[in-house]
Order: sequence, then C-alpha cells, then structure tokens
Amino acid sequence: MAYKTILSDADINRILDRIAHQILEKTQGAGDVVLFGVATRGVPLAQRLAERIQAFEQVKLPVGTLDITLYRDDLGRHSTRAVGRTEVPSGGIDGRIVVLVDDVLFSGRTVRAALDALSDLGRPAAVQLAVLVDRGHRQLPIRADYVGKNIPTSLTEQVKVLLREVDGVDEVRLEDGK
Amino acid sequence: MIKHLLSAGDLDAATAAQIHDTAEEMATVAGREVKKLPTLRGRTVVNLFYEDSTRTRTSFEVAAKRLSADVVNFSAKGSSVEKGESLKDTAWTLQAMGADAVVIRHPASGAPHRLTRWVHGSVLNAGDGTHEHPTQALLDTFTMRSRLGKVAGLNVAIVGDVLHSRVARSNALLLHTLGAKVTLVGPPTLVTPAFANLTPDVSVSYDFDSVLADADVVMMLRVQKERMNAAFFPSQHEYYRRYGLDAARLRRMPDHAIVMHPGPMNRGVEIAPEVADSPRSTIVEQVANGVSVRMACLYLLLGGRP
Repeated sequence: MAYKTILSDADINRILDRIAHQILEKTQGAGDVVLFGVATRGVPLAQRLAERIQAFEQVKLPVGTLDITLYRDDLGRHSTRAVGRTEVPSGGIDGRIVVLVDDVLFSGRTVRAALDALSDLGRPAAVQLAVLVDRGHRQLPIRADYVGKNIPTSLTEQVKVLLREVDGVDEVRLEDGK
Repeated sequence: MIKHLLSAGDLDAATAAQIHDTAEEMATVAGREVKKLPTLRGRTVVNLFYEDSTRTRTSFEVAAKRLSADVVNFSAKGSSVEKGESLKDTAWTLQAMGADAVVIRHPASGAPHRLTRWVHGSVLNAGDGTHEHPTQALLDTFTMRSRLGKVAGLNVAIVGDVLHSRVARSNALLLHTLGAKVTLVGPPTLVTPAFANLTPDVSVSYDFDSVLADADVVMMLRVQKERMNAAFFPSQHEYYRRYGLDAARLRRMPDHAIVMHPGPMNRGVEIAPEVADSPRSTIVEQVANGVSVRMACLYLLLGGRP
C-alpha cells in the first residue's frame, strides 16, 4: 500500500524526550505519577517514557498496562476479540496521577473505554493523556494533555505506528485509503 | 469462535487455550475493588436447571453478573415444567423473552444439543445426564495449568464412579486434546472395559495404588449416594479401602502432585478430610476458577456480533 513516512525513528525519540520533560514539568516532578500504556502499542511507549523520566530526574515511575477490550462500545458489531493483559502496579492508582499513554488519538472511543476501565481499578486523583500522534476526527469530547505530533488526515487515510518492540522498527506512516 | 458449548470434545487445543487465557484475565477482576465488567450489558443469560445444582448454577450466575449480563434463573422445581411443559415449549418461551444464552442442566443426555435447534442464542451445557459437563473440564484443566504450569504431558488419574460421571467424560476428552495422559480408576462395575475406547490413549486401571507414584493429578469423583444400593460395590467401607484417597495414599503421590475434586465431596467416602483440607488439594481453587472460566466462556460466546 502507498504510504509516506510522517515520523522517523529520530523524530520519535525527540518526541518522547519532549513528552517526558512535559510530564515532569506539568506534574511537578512526577512524584505521584503512574504511567498506563494502552494495549498494544501504548505499552512500549509508556515503558520508554518511564525510562526517560528515570534518566532525566532519577524518578522511577510505576508502569501499568491497560487492555480495554472488555470496555469497548463496539463489541457487538465485530466478531469476538481476544482479551489482552491488564496489569496494575502494586501501589495501585488511588490518589495518584494516572497518565494514559497511547499511540494514536482518533475518535476518542478508546480513551473513553480506558477511562471506564480505570474507574473500575480505583480512584486516581487525576487522569492525563499522552499520545504520539493526534490525527483528529474526534467523536467524543476528549483531548490529549501531551501530543507528539498533530497530523491532519482524511477519514480514508490510515495512520500506522510501528515500534521496534512490536514491529522491529520505529516509524509512523500515513497510508492511503483503499 | 464456536456458537455453542455442548461438549468438551468439540474444543480444539487452540480454542481451549483461548478460553484459558481469557479466564486468566477474568480472574483479575475477582481481586479488584469493582468486581464487574460492562462487557455483556444488555445481554440476557437464562439459567435453565432441570436438576438441583447450587454450585454450578451459582457459578454461572456470578460469572454472568460480573460481566453485567441480566440473569434469569429458571429452575424446574415449582415452574411450568412441573405442570408438564415440554423442553421445546420452555425453549420457545425463553426465545420469546429474548434470551441471548441459555445455560442448561438436564438429566437427559443430549438435551442441550436438542435445545440448540429451538433457540437462536448460544447454548451452554452445564451438565446433561451422564454425558458431559464441558465447563467443569475447562476449569479443571485451567486449575492444572495454573498449579502445574502446563497440561500437556501430565499424568492424570480420574478415580471413582466414572460410569455415571459427566465430569470424568468431559475431562478425559479435553485432557486428550490438550496432550495429557488419562488413567481411569475404579471398580470394574464403575469403570467398564468399554472406557478404554473413550480416547485413543486413555487407560483403565482397577488398582488405585499402582497409579499413585506416577500421577501428577489425582481427580477424585463423588460417590453418588443413590448408587450405593445398586450393587456397584459391596460396601462403602470396602470402596473407601480400595479407592478412597487417604493420607497414606497422598504420601505415595509425587511431591508436586495435586488432588482435585469437582464437588460436592463426601468426606470419608471417597476422600479423607485431612486430604481434602491439605495444601495439595485444589478444591477451593476449583470453585474460584469456575467463575473465571465461565466468564471467559460467556464472553467468547456472547461478546461478539450476535
């Protein structure tokens, strides 16, 4: 399929550096922060942000994993989806600042499901959202606190995020619609 | 994914593994503050029980409720069934009420199979006659997997009233699919030679003591009191001496081996109280795992497009 590269591996590194600094700045040192990667590709992104925050300010943040399959609003419209892993760090999320990390922000429905999933796990003091790419076309009143890159897209295009932990390479592509 | 869950023999290894993996995630819900998922909101699950069964019915009920489904309990006692309604008419009634799934227990083998022709929703067999009880086999293999790390290659002894046991039949079929080796143990009246043909690699033994040393899992079956007088064995005492699991037999099992029982158990009839309560016994775990496995089955059958 025809595509153009929107972000290279170097771009992704710089973006994650910046978001790590922004989290530290906005949460005054990230003392209460718990990072939650939204499956699948949000998980390695959350891990990388935690590594950077530790390198920059020697704070070791707990990292959790959130699989939102069981909270989706479109379950009845597709064949059954496999359930992934949800892992809550041992300290829990009560009273903490949870930063949800995902690769692409699109309709906002995934984030809606993630917020529902979080509220069943405890009561955070605040929830923030970090995404690598915001491609627009929101269907719900949701916005990100930390955005790697805004990419204007048409609805027929697809944004594909490749990460080396999952795909062997770091790259963001914009693919033509079918 | 399959539409109905009628027989453990219908499951291939990949489907069983998918149910187990899903159950593992469902199990984490039990440890949470909010023990509920919104997944099956708006779906209706009917528990249609023609035999008394507190634990299986409750287990299905808890599982469905944790997934936010609406649960209707329809038991034969005190219902239209007692007034003479046939299974078919009951099925049509449930259909008209919009049941998305029917969990059925019935004294006649094959009743769940018949039911699939009369309702549009999924049918889950919760035990039919002496035929099958697939969710019990799924939860038992799930328990083996979580205790012993795997199912393939295990030596599993299933001991007792195999003849009347749907638990034994479903377990033997699923264990075969998952690559475990099954030995059926009991008196010849309750483990008839025909059982050697149940799966290609099942074996039959009338000597409990000889299988203990090689067993990774010893699964005890309940001695059904109603069979006591049917001359399947001379006396309860003699049965216990030959096929009961007491502390001495437990000591002769390998250190890692576990003791399972589908419940309800008769202490002192097929299993000694100190064995049932020992850390090697998984009896309480099996109950908790039952809820997780049934949640997984309900999700996988009902979670997708209707």
